Amino acid sequence: MSDADDHWFDEEAGPLVRPYAVTGGRTRAVHPELDLITLVVTLQLDVRAWPGEPEYESILRMCRSPMSVAEISAALKLPLGVVKVLVGDLIERHQVMVRSSRAPDTNMLQAVLEGIRRI
Amino acid sequence: MAIGRPEPSMRRAARGVTTAELDAEAGGVPVTAVKLLVAGGFGVGKTTMVGSISEITPLRTEELLTELSVGIDDLAGVERKTTTTVALDFGRITLSRHLVLYLFGTPGQDRFWFMWNELSNGALGAVVLADTRRLESCFPSIDFFERRNIPFVIGVNRFDGSPSYTVDEVRHALDVDDVVPILICDVRRRESSKSLLLALTEHVIERSTVSMG
Repeated sequence: MSDADDHWFDEEAGPLVRPYAVTGGRTRAVHPELDLITLVVTLQLDVRAWPGEPEYESILRMCRSPMSVAEISAALKLPLGVVKVLVGDLIERHQVMVRSSRAPDTNMLQAVLEGIRRI
Repeated sequence: MAIGRPEPSMRRAARGVTTAELDAEAGGVPVTAVKLLVAGGFGVGKTTMVGSISEITPLRTEELLTELSVGIDDLAGVERKTTTTVALDFGRITLSRHLVLYLFGTPGQDRFWFMWNELSNGALGAVVLADTRRLESCFPSIDFFERRNIPFVIGVNRFDGSPSYTVDEVRHALDVDDVVPILICDVRRRESSKSLLLALTEHVIERSTVSMG
């Protein structure tokens, strides 16, 4: 993640040219449950299924500890829509699983409050 | 927001894998992500606030405007449209081993309203930052959260040379409900940003308790 800050904030970087080439031109995630803070966890770090497609390997390596879709997007410098497609592919292959955000309950809200107090 | 509601948004995408197994993969502890928003007009200090309290340097993610296009499944003719992107700055605060808070700044430009739907979906609440030199710039944010019944607090960010008003004066000028907390703040300061997040979370809890009846 440390290399994520290098030139991402540089307005001169210009438009991304490759993103939808990465996904074979697909622009719609087949997994609508994926949102910005869906946590992705690697189940199977086997990259042989994706020869010549380093983005999958990057995601699998990043998500050995839970990582949100937004963080993956920032780290790989790929648009959210592209990351959703890639994560969807990994779900299909059972290489990752995801946990979407859930409706808050009292316990969760209290935990958030206590957590913020501690920071 | 309903308390004790089942969790329809919990998804187990990999068939046959239970949540317990996910938690085992995640180091043996359940990990939940929650989201708060930081909204307000352009240049009011949204990214400054995210940066002052995030444990990581704020990250930037982008979405292409072509996401809006309906029915585009291939690249034919798309190239010209991919030049416009919406940038979202966000930070992360690990609240506990079980809980991660993401703080998203909303896009400052009105033409990116469509992104607000994805941003607000599942958000616990929002901090709306206001600048007393141009209070009207936060009206669209307030309208948005009011219409969607998303809890919010207002942070009046102090800028050098900005006129100082009392909370009551700001409340009157913004025409917000008495229950909406309004705080005077300086979001360059971590403690100030923290106060806003605490006020917001307390407000969210209060509202959820009230809605329980």
